[in-house]
Amino acid sequence: MHNFNYAQAQNIGEAIEFAKGNESAKFIAGGTNLIDLLKYNITTANMLVDINHVPEHHLIEEKSDGGVRLGAFVTNADTAYHPLIESRYPLLSKAILAGASAQIRNMATNGGNLLQRTRCYYFYDPATPCNKREPGTGCSAIGGYNRIMAVLGTSENCIAVFPSDMCVALAALQAVVNITGPEGDRSMPFADFHRLPGDTPHLDNNLKTDEIIVSIDLPEKGFDKNYSYLKLRDRSSYAFALVSVATGLELENNLIKEARIALGGLAHKPWRVEKAEDFLKDKEPTMSNFASAAEMILFGATGFEHNSFKIELAKRAIVRNCMMALNPESQQPGAQPSL
Amino acid sequence: MEIVTKSTRNVLQPRLLSLRVNGVPRILEVSPWVSLLDGLRDHLDLTGTKKGCDHGQCGACTVICDGKRILSCLTLAVMKNGSEITTIEGISNGDELHPLQKAFIEHDAFQCGYCTPGQICSAIGMIDEKKAQTRAEVKDSMSGNLCRCGANSNIIDAIMEVKERRNHA
Repeated sequence: MHNFNYAQAQNIGEAIEFAKGNESAKFIAGGTNLIDLLKYNITTANMLVDINHVPEHHLIEEKSDGGVRLGAFVTNADTAYHPLIESRYPLLSKAILAGASAQIRNMATNGGNLLQRTRCYYFYDPATPCNKREPGTGCSAIGGYNRIMAVLGTSENCIAVFPSDMCVALAALQAVVNITGPEGDRSMPFADFHRLPGDTPHLDNNLKTDEIIVSIDLPEKGFDKNYSYLKLRDRSSYAFALVSVATGLELENNLIKEARIALGGLAHKPWRVEKAEDFLKDKEPTMSNFASAAEMILFGATGFEHNSFKIELAKRAIVRNCMMALNPESQQPGAQPSL
Repeated sequence: MEIVTKSTRNVLQPRLLSLRVNGVPRILEVSPWVSLLDGLRDHLDLTGTKKGCDHGQCGACTVICDGKRILSCLTLAVMKNGSEITTIEGISNGDELHPLQKAFIEHDAFQCGYCTPGQICSAIGMIDEKKAQTRAEVKDSMSGNLCRCGANSNIIDAIMEVKERRNHA
């Protein structure tokens, strides 16, 4: 790793102050992705501002509007196993536990999970061109080995995927991201947080470099009766998704009152198509209705040389996951294949 | 070298840290970019914790920090100032091996042994978490620790034996 300064912030104001006017400063919380990127020289920083000791934002608590607030500095493990999350937002709990390893989940924080970077092999290989790592150099994945890459929302500049599992559930739950920075506080709907690559693939999300995520709000509706997270990957644990699906259903008299379906592993951000969710409204929860929704969700998907299989895989995963959401007990950790 | 001198906390110089390692207070002087793993191995001569990939993919560097299993390669020593760390050197009671150490020997749960310190520290953390119960769940919960000799099934056997004995205690 190259040399950098280090400062421990005792509160959010101090953290912002430490980083002020320094484009090369980075905030560090769990560090599980940032330290790795620093070791590879993919990210550089002349200063790390440690925000782990900020006294606020370490709690998960109920809000007066019926929702739940996730402190940005709570670890992924503590979030997944929190009684409020296990009971009211089991979809989020399952998605978090499908990601990374137990050790990493003990370190990684909720805010950091949103800010993790792609695991595109070319992004990680400084010997190859990559518009995300070095804007303007080109994309090695488009004409290279692209089995794990995106099939939705790609651009001629970048076909990387956003790798988080947790964020797929947060997208389905319509979470809100709370942010603070030198210019004050702001909140962003989850769908607006991450970006598509377009012609600025170096920007993964809409957080400014001097801003900090302080919490994530979950709306009251948690889909705790009918939910499922399905992650398909090359080995059944500790691997990133080829395709993942988060489904939350609200049923009444065997009709779908509300449906949420978000996909991971397919795009530069968690993928949701509201038109498909609207289509399912007031319909019976059948395989054929879910298959029609899957067609709408994958509309416009375009494969590359090695990843076209993801399109059909995603459609089938959507149907299967929606059927599993009808009976959440059918999901068993460690069951084969890769649930 | 450019040094930012906004405050004393803002310099590139090595920092003095205090860690409680295996029950013993230790002071070390490290630069900000030294990982906890390198701090343990190179500054405290605790070479039981292994550097495998150094990128959070293999689990060989697993230690227990403030009661939780973590990867010492993906955290900085300076970030852990004041923490309580347990490494493989700290788990036996003198010459009396930890139950997992005994079980690993009995079940032939290693060949080269390089992943073993991480496997055992991870298993200690996993048993304390009390989340994984079935064999399938234990395998899932231990998936962050790779064994390239292929002793995995014996490793899980050893862990299951200790975990079940603990459940009945």
